[in-house]
Amino acid sequence: MKSLVIVEHNNKSIKTSTFSTITAASQICDSVDALIVGNQLKEAVDEIKKANGLKKIYVIDKDGLNNPIAENLSTHILAFLKTKDEYTHVLTPSSTFGKNLSPKIATKLDIQQISDIIKVCDSDTFERPIYAGNAIAKVKSNEKIKILTVRPTCFEPCGLTSNVEVENVNLEGVDLSSVSFVAYDESKSDRPELTSAKVIISGGRGMQNGDNFKLLEGIADKLGAAMGASRAAVDAGFVPNDWQVGQTGKIVAPDLYVAVGISGAIQHIAGIKDSKFIASINKDEEAPIFKFSDYGLVADLFEILPELEKKL
Amino acid sequence: MKALVCVKRVIDYNVKIRVKTDKSGVETENVKMSMNPFDEIAVEEAVKLKEKGVIDEIIVLSIGAETSQETIRTGLAMGGDRGVLVKTNGQEIDPLNVGKIIKYIFDKESPDMVILGKQAIDDDCNQTGQILSSLLDCHQATFASKVEVNDDKTINVTREVDGGLETIKISIPCVITTDLRLNEPRYASLPNIMKAKQKKIDILDINDLNIDIKRRVETIEVSEPPERKPGVIVNDVDSLIDKLKNEANVI
Repeated sequence: MKSLVIVEHNNKSIKTSTFSTITAASQICDSVDALIVGNQLKEAVDEIKKANGLKKIYVIDKDGLNNPIAENLSTHILAFLKTKDEYTHVLTPSSTFGKNLSPKIATKLDIQQISDIIKVCDSDTFERPIYAGNAIAKVKSNEKIKILTVRPTCFEPCGLTSNVEVENVNLEGVDLSSVSFVAYDESKSDRPELTSAKVIISGGRGMQNGDNFKLLEGIADKLGAAMGASRAAVDAGFVPNDWQVGQTGKIVAPDLYVAVGISGAIQHIAGIKDSKFIASINKDEEAPIFKFSDYGLVADLFEILPELEKKL
Repeated sequence: MKALVCVKRVIDYNVKIRVKTDKSGVETENVKMSMNPFDEIAVEEAVKLKEKGVIDEIIVLSIGAETSQETIRTGLAMGGDRGVLVKTNGQEIDPLNVGKIIKYIFDKESPDMVILGKQAIDDDCNQTGQILSSLLDCHQATFASKVEVNDDKTINVTREVDGGLETIKISIPCVITTDLRLNEPRYASLPNIMKAKQKKIDILDINDLNIDIKRRVETIEVSEPPERKPGVIVNDVDSLIDKLKNEANVI
């Protein structure tokens, strides 16, 4: 058995999701290679070279591959796979990068991908969350190559103390797609992203209006936290849609999730239940959120939040 | 232009799901079903484009048991023009095969764009759009939060990617998958619900399509996720901070 990890990067640096994916690959078999596709990859290659657990790194560094256009990446990865028929597993992080790309590789090989694995049971059996993590499916692939995307938060990143052999790959005759890249607007926020934050503080309908979310900002600053909201708060127009945490919003798994004025609707719980610790503040002691919380504080958030900010 | 919108009937997002006691799956008998929320966004986007005069016809497609007709009707009440149901026995179908079925309908209808949700909230696979565009060898724009059709019929799509927004320009025919921020789906008005009852739904039997729908990924068992251990109620801010610092070690 031999696994190939598709590297997620921005041409300069490697995304941590890649290191978690290498860990997942190492749990399947001992022989793990990595493939990095992009343009002007020197710094990125210097970084991925350090990853423990890799046997070899293949590099496709080519003009026109500077943006992660799925059409371009997939054709190059498929051309590479055509030259190597030894891979039994191809793993990609289950980030927007991997979700966009990996099914294209699988489809061209007429293989059914398994999305978002959270556990490796054996070389063809995996666990993955369904219904936003409200159930766990154990699935077995009968395909000749297992094509997997890996939920990064479920695998510790590999260590970075190696110096792995690197080979440049020249692929002839792989055309570029006519999809054109227009722009990338990086989120300007000084706060971490919801899906990768270690700490998240979210407000619900109990915040009463959008202005009151300022009460959460100071606490978020002190904790280095991302800010989120329940669907009720988004539907009420308190905060923008992309703050929404829950089954139909962002599924999060931070070390600490602080729910403020959130009652704990099923669809919200579905999005936060993989958090290591959940702390909640709500004045209604019957609120369902308390049943899912490690620490609950029954109190009026307007009194508690300023005190919390001061004492942190 | 003509749009094909794909909709899936799933357990309503507000229902607390129950795992079957024999661990074979999730209980769907006597459970409220609705259109997959991301597919609702897809229908809404197609209707918006029709209102702008960009799209002339919207076909609403679903693959599933007879009951999926209701889901198609919901799409027709929101503004779809006609429906297509590929009727199954209600068995689960792997996304790759779903892609092949949609391609069959695509080849028959020749739409300019296919719009569908980025994922269904039941199996959470997030694959179908990507699979379809690969089978069709056409452009894809996943996780769309903004769709702008240009005069030359190219389409600028802004995509929700980790860490920001990416905009790409694609050509028709294309596949677009919707993300949450794209729009807010409308509620169908009563007159439109009545009108939708008159709209046509073509029904095709999946067995007539010559597509092998044998499962290639088997579900061995479905189980409850590990329970969270019961928590504690703390009395004040000081004890909350103390617990988070010294017990959980998370701040």
